[in-house]
Amino acid sequence: MNLSRSDVLHVARLSALALSEAEVARMTSELSAILNYVEGLATVDISGVAEAGESLAPTPLAPDTPAASLSTEGALAGAPDRSGAFFQVPRILEEGR
Amino acid sequence: MTESSVSLWGQWEVVVGLEVHTQLLTKSKLFCRCENRFGAPPNTLVCPVCLGHPGTLPVLNGEAVRLGVRAGLAAGCRVSPVSTFERKHYFYPDLPKGYQISQYAQPLLTGGSLRIRTEAGERMIRIHRMHLEEDAGKNLHAGIPDRSHVDLNRAGVPLLEIVSEPDIRSPDEAVDYLKRLRQLLRATKVSDGNMEEGSFRCDINLSIRRPGTSVFGTRVEIKNVNSFRFVHKAMVYEIERQIEAVESGEKILQETRLFDPVSGRTKPMRSKEEALDYRYFPEPDLPHLVLSPSLIEEERLSLPELPEQRVERLCTEIGLSRSDAEILVAEESLARYFEEGLERFRSGIADEEGLRKVRERWTSFVLSEVLRELNRRGEEVLSGPTGVTHAVDLLEKVLGGSLSFSQAKEVYGRAAEEKKTPVSLVEELGLVQVSGEGELLALVEAVLAENTEEVAAYRGGKDRLFGFFVGAVMKKSRGKANPEKVNEILRNKLKG
Repeated sequence: MNLSRSDVLHVARLSALALSEAEVARMTSELSAILNYVEGLATVDISGVAEAGESLAPTPLAPDTPAASLSTEGALAGAPDRSGAFFQVPRILEEGR
Repeated sequence: MTESSVSLWGQWEVVVGLEVHTQLLTKSKLFCRCENRFGAPPNTLVCPVCLGHPGTLPVLNGEAVRLGVRAGLAAGCRVSPVSTFERKHYFYPDLPKGYQISQYAQPLLTGGSLRIRTEAGERMIRIHRMHLEEDAGKNLHAGIPDRSHVDLNRAGVPLLEIVSEPDIRSPDEAVDYLKRLRQLLRATKVSDGNMEEGSFRCDINLSIRRPGTSVFGTRVEIKNVNSFRFVHKAMVYEIERQIEAVESGEKILQETRLFDPVSGRTKPMRSKEEALDYRYFPEPDLPHLVLSPSLIEEERLSLPELPEQRVERLCTEIGLSRSDAEILVAEESLARYFEEGLERFRSGIADEEGLRKVRERWTSFVLSEVLRELNRRGEEVLSGPTGVTHAVDLLEKVLGGSLSFSQAKEVYGRAAEEKKTPVSLVEELGLVQVSGEGELLALVEAVLAENTEEVAAYRGGKDRLFGFFVGAVMKKSRGKANPEKVNEILRNKLKG
């Protein structure tokens, strides 16, 4: 399966990436190659293999017992920017998500 | 749905579906064991899992699954023995992983319904599905120039999303649906339904069409409306906006709008992402959720009495009117107060007639005095000095004839205000009801002497004047006269 230029631009926009023309071309061929590689799975004969979730034992579930969280310092240690105890990001205009 | 009960907005029919996100009453988050708690200092309830650090894996919280199943059973949903988790992708600072783990292809619950009752009548609103997903963190903007702040304490808190079918036809119906849904979630202890703290949030999908058509109009989504009053206002505004647009030949855009409580309007949400494309795909880090039949059965067997059943029981067993029962059940804590009190009276009274009297008094007392103080001061009036045992003690005085009902009502309000038990206040104020024959007789005679014309009219057949005499005697006694005795004496005296 080959991706079109508009597929690549669409995914780039959803990913908030600005690609140069050269990058668009490179991504188009590289992403297509990845898809073609994965497409190999479609040739595997899976007749007689149970669907995921079929005849499975009940899923193990975690008990609802709180455990210690990170310290605020620990939580913010990897943040590119912070303000007091908050992560800080460029101003978001939209609201309501 | 019956067509006859569909309410019309002029020449238009309103079509609404609601999406509710409710936070589940678990102790820990959905996929990690950070505490699920509102109001902690920012970024203190976070760990590598809910911060979306690489290499971490989600582990599903069993209690969240249980609460989801319980909510579904309470609303008559089908519980899926196998359900799936998917990733829903979007970029936003409150979503550290870049995707939200949600349920898409096979939700935990499908079907179900909720019965609503408005002036337009009673209808069933079908529920399309309910599924588990994780909450996002919180972005803060106020007072910060050029930047936004992010608190991730809420990231990963378990949510149940409850999606109705587009069966709702008016703002009143929407509000009634939401109230009843919230009641159900609170009664089953699935969620605290606290709207101020965001544990019960609502998105509205709204379109209009000509009545009798089956095709839907273009749908507009109004996001995150967080009070019943705002839901009503937002819908009224949006309905009128859409009708005006369509009638003047404009096209309705399929878009997401926000309600602005200040202006009372909805306005388009500005978004850099023009076309939302969530790129759902199966969450590779979580296996299918296969429920053990015993979990479902346990939840089914331990379901508490649901609000609708409670209303029914209060009507048929206790003999309340439907509207009284509905008011009581709307506040679970008030209903409990009412029933506990009634139980206390019941143990002391054997005869039917006595019970009926007590029930009437107690119902009227709870629905007026206690409800008023509850609205005014919050849950705390239902315990402590104005708790149910003390209220019962107060009413016992009325039943015993030593205090008038109107005195008792007044005392209860003051007791709530001063945080004293009503009975101690009765003693403090030296309140007594005048029940002595001699004293009452004097009052009655004085009233009759002052109103000779009315007495003549009454004797001439104007029976309705009886209430006037009772009122006048009560007034003369400053509310202290025992009204039953007054009735008796008046009746004798007026016979002539």
